[in-house]
Amino acid sequence: MNETRRRARVALRRQHRPVSIIGVLGEIFLTAGVVCFLFLGWQLWLNDLVVGNEQRSNALDLVEEWNSAPTASATPAAPVAPDGDANVEPVDHGEPIVRTAPATAKAFATLYVPRFGAEYVRVIGEGVSLSKVLNNAELGVGHYPDTQMPGAIGNFAVAAHRTTWGAPFRDIGSLRPGDKIYVQTEDGWYTYGYRSLEYVRPTGVDVLQPVPQAPGAAAADRIITLTSCNPLFSAAERIIAYGVLESWQPTSAGAPAELAGTLNAGG
Amino acid sequence: MYASLWRLLPGPLWLRILLAVVLVIVALWALVTFLFPWLNGFFNTYDVTVDE
Repeated sequence: MNETRRRARVALRRQHRPVSIIGVLGEIFLTAGVVCFLFLGWQLWLNDLVVGNEQRSNALDLVEEWNSAPTASATPAAPVAPDGDANVEPVDHGEPIVRTAPATAKAFATLYVPRFGAEYVRVIGEGVSLSKVLNNAELGVGHYPDTQMPGAIGNFAVAAHRTTWGAPFRDIGSLRPGDKIYVQTEDGWYTYGYRSLEYVRPTGVDVLQPVPQAPGAAAADRIITLTSCNPLFSAAERIIAYGVLESWQPTSAGAPAELAGTLNAGG
Repeated sequence: MYASLWRLLPGPLWLRILLAVVLVIVALWALVTFLFPWLNGFFNTYDVTVDE
């Protein structure tokens, strides 16, 4: 008796109900909806982590390459201990070395912003092409070709994503006056002090002028300008961060003390 | 559709559940590896540069 019932149940389960088109369509739509949300999660979060990590390790590789190059034979001196050096007179290393701009999409500098994280480091490539520089797991931060190079009098302007593609400038809005923005090249370290934020329209190209927003003015300061999209998850405006060069030191003088953790973490 | 897939899975219940989980993981992997990077190429919506 029991056995017959069980068989009947199994038979019922095996029996193929007619597949309704509406039912299949519904399941396809539901699946598509779930895939859309998965894509958003991937694009705005998971992929940023993956690509961000890749950009970071690429930056550390580039630094490693510079350190092992014969031109940088002088071993970097150990950074000065961060405690108690406030009263030490900063060494004057003279005029910063300014290179000529490299070829498009070539990596030529690294960017450190402790406010973006103690381990934050990204590669700066030449150009602001999306496909060649910005949407790129190797570079990520791009230098506006017609602006000056690091350390030069004028404006060293760079762009990067605030969301997607590693989001190098995700936390650009959290910069506070006095925060340091370090740029490293094969020649040495350029320490910029963050000054202010500005919000402009996407056509606000005057932020790239040697004196930002003052076309034609004679440049005297060495400025860094970071541009990204604003508001978050939109491209309606641009967020602009300015900094001014505070000091320069050649590679032989070692890394700025604040970056000791960043560099050791990678080594 | 999913009901038919479930009926196609062989073996006892535990094996079917295991197979279903494996299939879901394979599907997610395929999405992340192939579909999402391809789709991403169509989303250059977050412009970050200033230009005229």
